[in-house]
Amino acid sequence: MKLSDKTLPTLSFILLIALWQGLAVFINDNTLPSPVVVLEVFWLEIESGQLPHHLGITLLRLVASFSIAMFLGCAIGIALGRNKKLDAFFDNWLVIFLNIPALVTIILCYVWFGLIESAAILAVVINKLPNVIVTIREGTRALDRDLLEMARCYHFGKKKTFLHVIWPQLHPFVMAATRSGLALIWKIILVVELLGRSDGMGYQLHLFFQLFDVASILAYTVAFIAVIQAIEFLVLKPIDKKALRWKR
Amino acid sequence: MTDIYIDIKNKTYTTADSRQHIAISDLKLTLPENQFVCLVGPSGCGKTTLLNIIANLDTDYQGEIALAQHHIKPNIGYIFQNPRLLPWRTVRENIELALNSPQPDIIDSLLDTMQLSDIQHRYPEHLSLGMSRRIAIIRAFAINPDILLMDEPFVSLDAPTARQVRGLLIKLWQQRPHTILFVTHDLREAIALADKLIFLSAAPMSVVSEVEVNIAREERDNEEKIERFRQQLLTQHPEINSLL
Repeated sequence: MKLSDKTLPTLSFILLIALWQGLAVFINDNTLPSPVVVLEVFWLEIESGQLPHHLGITLLRLVASFSIAMFLGCAIGIALGRNKKLDAFFDNWLVIFLNIPALVTIILCYVWFGLIESAAILAVVINKLPNVIVTIREGTRALDRDLLEMARCYHFGKKKTFLHVIWPQLHPFVMAATRSGLALIWKIILVVELLGRSDGMGYQLHLFFQLFDVASILAYTVAFIAVIQAIEFLVLKPIDKKALRWKR
Repeated sequence: MTDIYIDIKNKTYTTADSRQHIAISDLKLTLPENQFVCLVGPSGCGKTTLLNIIANLDTDYQGEIALAQHHIKPNIGYIFQNPRLLPWRTVRENIELALNSPQPDIIDSLLDTMQLSDIQHRYPEHLSLGMSRRIAIIRAFAINPDILLMDEPFVSLDAPTARQVRGLLIKLWQQRPHTILFVTHDLREAIALADKLIFLSAAPMSVVSEVEVNIAREERDNEEKIERFRQQLLTQHPEINSLL
């Protein structure tokens, strides 16, 4: 029998669940609940409104910090990519900020600004921003000079040049920054919530940890993965498809 | 429109091993209104540098490029060696973007003349090089420039395609006369296209000789005539031989 590209991922997914089920039965302990138990808890949490509430709050923080980091990162990245002197001046800063551990920025933000919402968002932005800048800077350096010359020759002006010549070339870099950014921000937000907020997924997970409630932890993880997949297939893939329709 | 006056006193640039290289010195050209002028010179003599100066892409030189009577910079349509189309915009969008205001009638008529109406909503990556070159020609004509610069636009096309695009270019130019400065190192191509040939020396670039081409337009696709003119030219102007 020939396996198509579509059935293979499905099969591997079923295998993973089967392995989990098998291991749960074998160990037979509260520390590894079976998929069925996790699904039950997942459903109960949704019905009680607990999971949607905390997931929603975490998502709001994600959207806020992600938008700020992407907007600032694109602007600064383009500026550094276009201006060699500016780049030489700020390159050290970037390296330093890239290497500060996430936990350090989170703690410092809370210490300096208090356990408030804006401090939480700021901590996430500071963690993500250098990555976006570096990616967009690379993209800006790789811009096609021939096309920029053409735009100058035909008097495109700043707005037209940006929209029709520069932005389409930056698209793959923006998408790369978006994907790696979402993955990174998710993880950091949980730590931010765990350390200094009284709601959100990170806060809930911390609570379950103290109760040793593994089934709930796994149920929240499932919700988490589902949201990330939904963003990928409902938002990012369609954007890619539209933006790259000109490709052969 | 009026004649274009080119006077470049000096153009130098610094090479990688930090020596001063004189690319152009004392180059004076007058391009009469609506004439088709071909620049012929050895490769590496700085023809592209000259076109970039005229197009105001290179401003690091001493001299002046102006519409003869007004001392204002001419409006330029540049047809580059590579078509330089935006691959993420359709054929029609590529032309529209070069225009300051929407002029659908002009674009329609240009597409029609160049036989590209059918593919105007396709993306450049799906087209052949010959088609892309024709779109670049349309884009340059569409802005109705004071001068059209063409930098070996038919290089790397196979002979029949090159002949077809050349024919279409001349047809378009006869419908909409413009001053054209066409750079090539192919003497036969230059004779087939030009009203006037200007031969350039290797760097530092200067004018070696200027020759009027007096073959009637309808006889330009007669290869024997072109070849006879070429032979005659080479015997009358022996100094050209070293430039080809």
